[in-house]
Amino acid sequence: MTGLTVFALTGAALVGLGFYGLLAARHLLRRVVAFNLIGSGLFLFFGAAGARGVGPDPVPQALIITGIVVALSATALAVGLVVVHARAAGHAVLPEEPEEPEEPKDEGAT
Amino acid sequence: MNALVAVLALPLLGALAAVALPPRAGVRAALLATALTVAATIWLLLAVARRGVQGVILGGWEPPLGIGLAADGLGAAFIAMSAAVMGGVALAARQMMAPDVVGARAAFGFWPLMLLLWAALNAVFVSRDLFNLYVGLELLSLAAVALVAIGGKEAALAAAMRYMIFALAGSLLYLAGVVLAYAAHGTLDIGLLAARDAAPSDGLALALMTAGLLAKTAIFPFHVWLPPAHAGAPAPASALLSGLVPKASFLIILRLWFEAMPDRAGFAALMLLAGLGAGAVIWGSLQAMAQARLKMIVAYSTVAQLGYLLLVFPIAGGDGAAQPWAAGAWTGAMFQVLSHALAKAAMFLSAGLYLAAVGSDRLGDLRGLARTMPMTAFAFALAAVTLMGLPPSGGFTAKYLMMTAAFAAGQWYWALVMALGGLLAAAYLYRPMAVLFARESLIAPRPVTRAAQAVPLVLAGASILLGVFSAPPFEFMQIGRPDAAEEGL
Amino acid sequence: MSLALDLALCALILGVALATVAGSGLFRAIVFFIVYGLLVAVGWVRLGAIDVALAEAAIGAGLTGVLLLAAHGRLRRLGTARDASHGAHLLSALAGAALAAALAWAWFVLPLPERPGPELAAAMPRAGVENPVTAVLLNFRAWDTLLESIVLLAALIGLWMLTRERDWSGRLGLPQHSRAGGVLASFGRVLPPVGLLIGVWLVWAGADRHGGAFQGGTVLAAVGLVAAMAGLVRPPRIGARLWHVALMIGPAVFVLAGLAGAILAGEFLTLPPPIAKPAILTIEIALTASIAATLAFLVLGPPEEGRAP
Repeated sequence: MTGLTVFALTGAALVGLGFYGLLAARHLLRRVVAFNLIGSGLFLFFGAAGARGVGPDPVPQALIITGIVVALSATALAVGLVVVHARAAGHAVLPEEPEEPEEPKDEGAT
Repeated sequence: MNALVAVLALPLLGALAAVALPPRAGVRAALLATALTVAATIWLLLAVARRGVQGVILGGWEPPLGIGLAADGLGAAFIAMSAAVMGGVALAARQMMAPDVVGARAAFGFWPLMLLLWAALNAVFVSRDLFNLYVGLELLSLAAVALVAIGGKEAALAAAMRYMIFALAGSLLYLAGVVLAYAAHGTLDIGLLAARDAAPSDGLALALMTAGLLAKTAIFPFHVWLPPAHAGAPAPASALLSGLVPKASFLIILRLWFEAMPDRAGFAALMLLAGLGAGAVIWGSLQAMAQARLKMIVAYSTVAQLGYLLLVFPIAGGDGAAQPWAAGAWTGAMFQVLSHALAKAAMFLSAGLYLAAVGSDRLGDLRGLARTMPMTAFAFALAAVTLMGLPPSGGFTAKYLMMTAAFAAGQWYWALVMALGGLLAAAYLYRPMAVLFARESLIAPRPVTRAAQAVPLVLAGASILLGVFSAPPFEFMQIGRPDAAEEGL
Repeated sequence: MSLALDLALCALILGVALATVAGSGLFRAIVFFIVYGLLVAVGWVRLGAIDVALAEAAIGAGLTGVLLLAAHGRLRRLGTARDASHGAHLLSALAGAALAAALAWAWFVLPLPERPGPELAAAMPRAGVENPVTAVLLNFRAWDTLLESIVLLAALIGLWMLTRERDWSGRLGLPQHSRAGGVLASFGRVLPPVGLLIGVWLVWAGADRHGGAFQGGTVLAAVGLVAAMAGLVRPPRIGARLWHVALMIGPAVFVLAGLAGAILAGEFLTLPPPIAKPAILTIEIALTASIAATLAFLVLGPPEEGRAP
């Protein structure tokens, strides 16, 4: 077993763990954390794959940096949504069944 | 300079200008960018029609090192679709998203978000690089979620939150497949991937990418986020979200299964995709029948209409790609994409006009509105003709092409699903039509200008004209198609 | 020896990740996540990817952690920070395990492909920078990076759309009450000059060694946030036009440079070799300014008057 295999398998396990968290967690902030675990596990797997062969490949590294920034952007919006949703609904979990949107009575008015 | 670069750069610059300028000037800059991008789209269409596929090697760095873009007939047709819907939405939004109607916040945010959405759509429609498609999809998803949340009410926020979770899970699954593809082949370019020998991990990569994209396209059973999100947004945003956004992730599925990894597509997997599509057609239609609000009916109809698109995979994918009927099935699905976009945008904009007129979109409150707003009711009816697949609409062309191909391929059961879907669409659209065209009216509507009513009418009319003049778009979409067959309509 | 080190590090990463997902208490989960991010950054050093390690530490652990902590604080004020019990265990566990097993299987069957090695080696002399990662980010795959900077902006506009109508004209974030003479105030006076230097150095060094616009921008954003928390500067209002220009200047310079390349050299985003280095530095400086402002505003959050709902 090489060091790369260790990192790749750790990455795979992190993806699985994060996916479990994303599906099973009910508190929305926990789901956002789980999303970040999946992302970083995936990047670890990718980094290990890119380091095989002669010399590290800079392309995966660049893609991972892009991916980290994209994940941060998504996290920022998701976290903001969690807070305003909690403020409006009084709780930070989603109901099991999507509810019908309330009637947008005043959409046409001010 | 090149038309392809223009359709990418103009909406981006417009969005940046809309952010930087003071509110009124920002809206004017956004409208200018909209007009210029529509013009650039026409330029691109002419270039593709005259000279074939338009490609760009970004920075002059050939793949696998750099990123290649290409507008083939399919990509250019999708770009034209977004230009048509965006143009209509921008005209409608001048009134519907004005500060005195929706407040300073939504009036500021709508324009840059609309233009960013446009740039993301066009970027996805032409990108040949799997990772670049990921970044484009993320831009698309974040802008789309923001457009749902722009409504600001509790239900809209919950819908945006649910949409966000599906979008996040979907993009990571897609990214996992991209990682496997690069790790196995050392390239992200769709054309180069197709030329490489198959690797054992390719099946998993394709499955992960497809699963992620299905969640983003809201294909049954991953559709639960779509109806509340699309119905909860302001009408111009709903038109973009329902008409255009799911088409981007669908196009990537198409490029994966038909262009990047066509030989890895097993028949069982193709049948599974179509099975999901059939489930979407039936379940979405049944749900649409049970809704009491116009926007929810229209949103569930999107779930059903997206289902048809997946029926193309077993008919024209895998070994079927070399068969004479493949071009018909494939082009039929593309007609469905285009005509649904136009019709659905028209329907949501009509719903928005009714909301503005009577302050509600409950079916009971819409009684007899065809008498006071005949143009809008006519637009809704034309769009309904397309969704039901009645001649001479674009929806009819789509279903005619796909059904004849299904019979030719010996897969008559998919034709049955399409016929059933048409009947169900007639059933769920009958209720709003019967209400609109009722003799008596309950609520005296606020006046809506003719100019505002003209926008959905033009869009719905275009979805009909797509069927009347179906030969030129049919020919156009064959430009650069892999395995393009010679036979026409 | 080094294998034992990797094994120990990965065991620690997995343990902390498990504590993040399965442990009780929301606040603890977030703290575990930040520790996790720092450990992963160490992992990136072990993999020889210094630029990724910097990005993971600054953005993955640092900024994401701050975002999560800030959200936790807001949720606690709303009384909605109590951890909810986990839902459907078995199916989710099966799905997670299947995904992990599939990826692990893929690792052992992955062929070792031809990578863009020769193309890369041939292209590097014309790239304008010596750090191959920066060359990929700002030259070979500049379109990705341009779109990514736009993604960041889209997230900020989206976040601002979550503002309540009555708070729209307020200052970004919660009202700050820093105590004069407190630890934060003196810290806030010392840190900004130091952080400013580090941030600028990261951008400058990124061309040839390690760092870059995103890592440097993150440090600069942190400087601004500390200064705001210490009460040295007040967060702006959404209507402040000058800040909007700061938000869009990076992507705007990037798009315009790309168009100039299309006109001068034939293809969008082309940087002709003689001017590639100054062009990349110009783009990086503008991008850093925009990234710093955008990240700082993302952390501050939409304007809130801070009154209970």
